[in-house]
Amino acid sequence: MNAQPAVISDPNITWELPPRGRVGMFCLISAESAIFTIFVVAYLFYIGKSLTGPLPRDVLHAPIFFTICLLSSSLTIHLAVKSLKRPKLGAFALWWFLTLALGATFLAGTAREWHHLIYDEGLTIQTNLFGTTYYSLVGLHGFHVTVGLLAITTVLLFALLGYVRQEHAERVDVLALYWHFVDAVWVVVFTVVYVIGR
Amino acid sequence: MATDAISTLRADTASLPFVVKLHEWVITVDHKRLGIMYIIYALVFLMIGGVEAAIMRIQLIRPHNNFVSPEVFNRMFTMHGTTMIFFVVMPMLFGFANYLLPLMIGARDMAFPRLNAFSFWLTAFGGILLYFSFLGATGLYGDGNAPDVGWFAYAPLTSKTFSLGHSTDFWTLSLLVSGFGSIGTAVNIIATVFCMRCPGMTLAKMPLLAWLNLVMAVLVILAVSPLSAAQIMLAVDRYLGGHFFDTQAGGSAVIWMHFFWIFGHPEVYVLVIPAFAFASEIIPVFSRKAIFGYPVMVAATVCIAFISMSVWAHHMFTVGMNANANTFFVLSTMAIAVPTGIKIFNWLATMWGGKIHFKTPMLFCIGFLFQFLIAGLTGIMLSAAPFTWHLGNSYFVVAHFHYVIVGAILFATFGAFYYWFPKMSGKMYNEKLGKLHFWLFVIGFHLTFDFMHIPGLLGMPRRIYTYEPGRGWDTLNLIVTIGVFFQAAAILVFVANLLWSYFHGETAGSDPWDAWTLEWSASSPPPAYNFAIIPEVRSRRPLWDRKHPEDPDWKYE
Repeated sequence: MNAQPAVISDPNITWELPPRGRVGMFCLISAESAIFTIFVVAYLFYIGKSLTGPLPRDVLHAPIFFTICLLSSSLTIHLAVKSLKRPKLGAFALWWFLTLALGATFLAGTAREWHHLIYDEGLTIQTNLFGTTYYSLVGLHGFHVTVGLLAITTVLLFALLGYVRQEHAERVDVLALYWHFVDAVWVVVFTVVYVIGR
Repeated sequence: MATDAISTLRADTASLPFVVKLHEWVITVDHKRLGIMYIIYALVFLMIGGVEAAIMRIQLIRPHNNFVSPEVFNRMFTMHGTTMIFFVVMPMLFGFANYLLPLMIGARDMAFPRLNAFSFWLTAFGGILLYFSFLGATGLYGDGNAPDVGWFAYAPLTSKTFSLGHSTDFWTLSLLVSGFGSIGTAVNIIATVFCMRCPGMTLAKMPLLAWLNLVMAVLVILAVSPLSAAQIMLAVDRYLGGHFFDTQAGGSAVIWMHFFWIFGHPEVYVLVIPAFAFASEIIPVFSRKAIFGYPVMVAATVCIAFISMSVWAHHMFTVGMNANANTFFVLSTMAIAVPTGIKIFNWLATMWGGKIHFKTPMLFCIGFLFQFLIAGLTGIMLSAAPFTWHLGNSYFVVAHFHYVIVGAILFATFGAFYYWFPKMSGKMYNEKLGKLHFWLFVIGFHLTFDFMHIPGLLGMPRRIYTYEPGRGWDTLNLIVTIGVFFQAAAILVFVANLLWSYFHGETAGSDPWDAWTLEWSASSPPPAYNFAIIPEVRSRRPLWDRKHPEDPDWKYE
């Protein structure tokens, strides 16, 4: 009585569905985009509304080098996935490590910038609206970079132990998708904070 | 063969000790068990939220009543609103979506079973966190316990200055946690619908419930995420000393309203679209006709979801926006009535000329249709900004949105309970008790919420804990409160019916309604793997095709 096939089988039906990992990641990216949108709107809305200093034009310097690091890590992760698909496992590990290194450099750059702002310029999250919105928006992005780096490190450890093989390329690709998103968000954050906001 | 396996499985489960069974439920990743846990969780919170509503109504039964203090009254309306939206209706609808989606699209589980369990437990702990505030929120400086800032928690009431102690922190953190749970479920629903359909089930052949839940999940992603962002900002303000909503430091209280209602209005459609989905499954089966205008129903739903993203500021007409903003939001809000009206006509056209069976699920759906229409009409009244200037924050507004949430969403959900109870439990519910529930609830609902409009029109503001006699509100408030007792009695009948039928009901069989969607081809309750053989479909009504091979649907679609 249970679960008979519901209708007559039709050999002409070819049935292909999208991979769920990618669909799931695209959904997550949409949700994250909505969260970032609200923070970006808050940042834009509060530009020039701080009652006290320090102001962005006095203390912010565009982190060009670290931005190049982060954006080029999108290229290296793409090359890593491409190598895994072939499969060239050595090249994969190398590109993957390079992605990790570039991402970590970016994060170190953010840390250095924050250290400078807090200790040299006296700007904290409590100082004024600029501080509140700046640390929240850049911090939210930095949090996403951190999560990405943890995931990338996990995959790297598995790769070094020899567990990552060609059949995992699709899953690794899903992680790469997230990383591309983190990079794309930085383009927006950079534009808003260091170009428009200054 | 499959049947034998199932019966052995059941015999095994029945003999297991309680702790082992409980452990199995706690660690489960089965979409059906998670669905049932969502639903039971929501029912428990429905009782709690109902008690809170009853406390408020008893306080307002006559002028100068002293049933509860003003402080407790504030906590009650805050907790009632928060509970009902986030911990009753959403988990209830997620529960049904979880349970039904894989069965209806011929899959063995959701796309991400472990994410599913994770989302459920996030939601569950979110609710527990909110209610823990009754015990845990009397901080050193606190003068209260449960949150008392209203369910939309306008700034600057939520700032440290005005909200001492930790009650607001409990509110913001519990909504943040359960919000992540909701987003996880939404991701899962979308991935399930796109990636798990059985062979032959193209998007255009999915049951409407699958389509509507897909749209609902998209809305959750687009609406709940902004709420999470706003909660993070509020937490930054309260914990780290930020200034997002701090007017003293140049921050804006109005931007919180925007952020909240960017979530808040689509949220209404997050809640009502699954209710539409229930009606779209139940009405055809009990009218013995295929749904009228399937493509138009889908298009109208997508249209509603799209427009609902651009109407949020109609909650803010009284805030004082400029004329252009007011005009835009008036027009976009009125525009939503068009696709909604199309849906109502489609349901009516489905019933038109059908052979209608007035079983309990159908009764609730008819109640839904009628009351949703009235809720929509008062909605159109309130969409006119000048009307809202007069009646904003009055009991008219309260009556309007309860007409939507109780009169439409809860009615359709009760219909869904009765319709799918045989599938979930394997037992038939008691039809007499079901009808008693329906009539008691209809009477209670109309006593409460029809009469609630009038004190609103007469100027009674919402959220007041008492009022002066002789303003013409006294009798009306008495009637409103009397209705609450009818509703409470109806809920007790409902729960008694569920419990009694679960233990003593007649065996339902796999297809008690002679229905057409795939969940009725599995046994009741379905085995853990749902389908021994993954079905193939060729039309929107696969079981019709199977029962009527001489006249299958796929020849006409």
